[in-house]
Amino acid sequence: MPARRLSAFLAAAVAVTAVGGAVPTRAADQPDIVIGSILPLTGALAQTGAGLRAAQQLAQDLVNGHVSYPLPLVGKSGLPHLGHARIRLVFADSQGKPDQARAAAEQLITQEHAVALIGTYASSTTATASQVAERYGIPFLNPDSSAPSLTARGLKWFFRATPNDATFADNFYQFLADLKKTKKIDVRRIAVVGEDGLFGTGASDAEEQLGKKLGYDIVTRVAYPATTTEVNAEVQKVKAATPDVIMIASYLPDALLYMRGFKEQSVLPKAILAQDAGFIDPGFVRTLGADAEGVFTREVFSLEIKHRNQAVPLIDQLFRLRFGGKPLDGNTARDFMGVLFISDAIDRAGSTKPDAIRSALQKTDIPGKLTLMPWIRVHFDANGQNDGGAGIIEQIQNGKYETVWPFDVAVKPVIWPMPAWKR
Amino acid sequence: MEALGTFGQLLVGGLLTGLVFALVAVGLTLVYGVMDVVNFAHGEFLMLAMYAALGLALAGLGPLVGLPLVAIAMFLFGIVVYRVFVRRLLAGPPEATVFGTFGLLVLMQGIAQATLTSDFQSAPNVPFRGTLHIGAIAVSQATVIEGIGALVLTAALFAFVEYTETGRAMRAVAEDRVAATLMGIDVQRVNGLAFGIGAACVGAAGALLMLSYPVYPTAGAPFALTAFVVVALGGFGSIQGALVGALLVGMLEVFGGFYLSPEMKMVPVYLAYLAIVLLRPQGLLGRR
Repeated sequence: MPARRLSAFLAAAVAVTAVGGAVPTRAADQPDIVIGSILPLTGALAQTGAGLRAAQQLAQDLVNGHVSYPLPLVGKSGLPHLGHARIRLVFADSQGKPDQARAAAEQLITQEHAVALIGTYASSTTATASQVAERYGIPFLNPDSSAPSLTARGLKWFFRATPNDATFADNFYQFLADLKKTKKIDVRRIAVVGEDGLFGTGASDAEEQLGKKLGYDIVTRVAYPATTTEVNAEVQKVKAATPDVIMIASYLPDALLYMRGFKEQSVLPKAILAQDAGFIDPGFVRTLGADAEGVFTREVFSLEIKHRNQAVPLIDQLFRLRFGGKPLDGNTARDFMGVLFISDAIDRAGSTKPDAIRSALQKTDIPGKLTLMPWIRVHFDANGQNDGGAGIIEQIQNGKYETVWPFDVAVKPVIWPMPAWKR
Repeated sequence: MEALGTFGQLLVGGLLTGLVFALVAVGLTLVYGVMDVVNFAHGEFLMLAMYAALGLALAGLGPLVGLPLVAIAMFLFGIVVYRVFVRRLLAGPPEATVFGTFGLLVLMQGIAQATLTSDFQSAPNVPFRGTLHIGAIAVSQATVIEGIGALVLTAALFAFVEYTETGRAMRAVAEDRVAATLMGIDVQRVNGLAFGIGAACVGAAGALLMLSYPVYPTAGAPFALTAFVVVALGGFGSIQGALVGALLVGMLEVFGGFYLSPEMKMVPVYLAYLAIVLLRPQGLLGRR
């Protein structure tokens, strides 16, 4: 981190510390409250898992510490309603595999006696781990999995803080409606493209259903295998449908195939609206260069939005100090918040009994401005889905992801339509 | 007229896709033909070659300049793997090569994940980024280069096996190992060479694929899966068969994707595979 920014940060940290006040006392024999965390610590997702663990540990240390930030339960030296007991995260490895996640949940509940579980990043592992929590009657807080189906299973003990892919689809249509209202931009024909796994199918289903409901013309729906090595037929299908807007959910290799295919076949919609994943991978802009210009992608988080919580840059700097200088991103920010949400619920419950924690979770109502996220609030509906979640939309402008929607937090105006392909 | 244009586009797209598949499959079929070993780590050899090409690209050597270097390095790697590992598997029961090479796949993926991270990486400043227009048909230059590479590689390998002394020795070993030994052919040496050449082919493929694909620890898997189908369709051990099988798979995939649905695009491919297994188990151009 540059020296100037470091000193600015330290000054801010000291300022916040100064108003922290006296350190409350904790009984010497006060046992720690164990929260079990399931993350992909080895395997293909290990890199992501390492970041998520660092973020969760940072949150744990801030909850146990006495430095205040405008965030729930941070800086109260543990949980005030439980004699300032400290929280302690115990991690278990999912390896990114559903069966391992199930075993990890089992282990955390039966051997570590975790009072609640948090995790697990991948939707497929969250699905199995949360089934185990359901069977034992242990609250499960999921900060980071976006498959809509997770909160459609009728589970009693499952709570999801992040908005899901249906919310993001909703955001796309709000964005289009806002464009119509403010700029008289009229979009009618929409092509829906998505890989055929849990992620792409969930996103595409939501986009298609909502689009039809709102009276848009869904001109084609393309589902393709994510591990495909070519998208000849897919691109021809989209081309034949002549859409105004392409909504697309892809991982990086396939996102690159589509972008090249669209260019090669002169498919030029007014806009491409992408569901993050491959389209926010650092390799996307690096590989495509100028051909990535103008692409829109939804994001769950940005360091650069207007009217953000003042804690955002501070937590970002603390995270960088712990994680090799890497900035806080959508995943790590959500997992950081997840630890705060579950700690807050345990504290409000004033008890480590599962029933009490569950009913506290049901009563959660945290305003969005007390989180790092661009959310309206944190409040769980009957299915355990946070109904106050929202995303932002970024556009690639001069090789950078710039927040362009919602308009009141945008840092750059929308460029519409996307620029013609460079020959 | 428009439907005809789309058809032509799909036809050319399918052919070029098939050539890319052939590029990956020829090395696999050679190894099978000579020593009856299906190398399940073939995709991981491809992944390793792609990383090697990436390394050279980062050092300033483009994929086409780097290609011979990667091929030579992979040739040596193949020989070492044969000497240290595969040779011992051949001494065991037939299942040993299946489990052994599968173990190699897991090991190579694991090492790649631990050392090179699971991030996607693309070569910088890749040439042939443009589009080639032939009438109403548009194709990417990179795919055309890959297709030409596949044709050259297949032809060279075919000529090598048919017309050189070593190639003849390989065919002799393929036909009857014991008789070849009795004729004074050093089977171990021929096997090692075949494994090395197979690896060199996949090395060339890896260098060319860096023109249009990013590399990551499991990057080889989707190509390898198709390569197994291609080799089974075309005939295990047949080099021409691999080319024919690859073109067929490319066309079936692209046309199936368009006229059925992209989700179903592998269905005609696997149906053709099943039909071949039932009706002509030795494959289209296979001998046994």
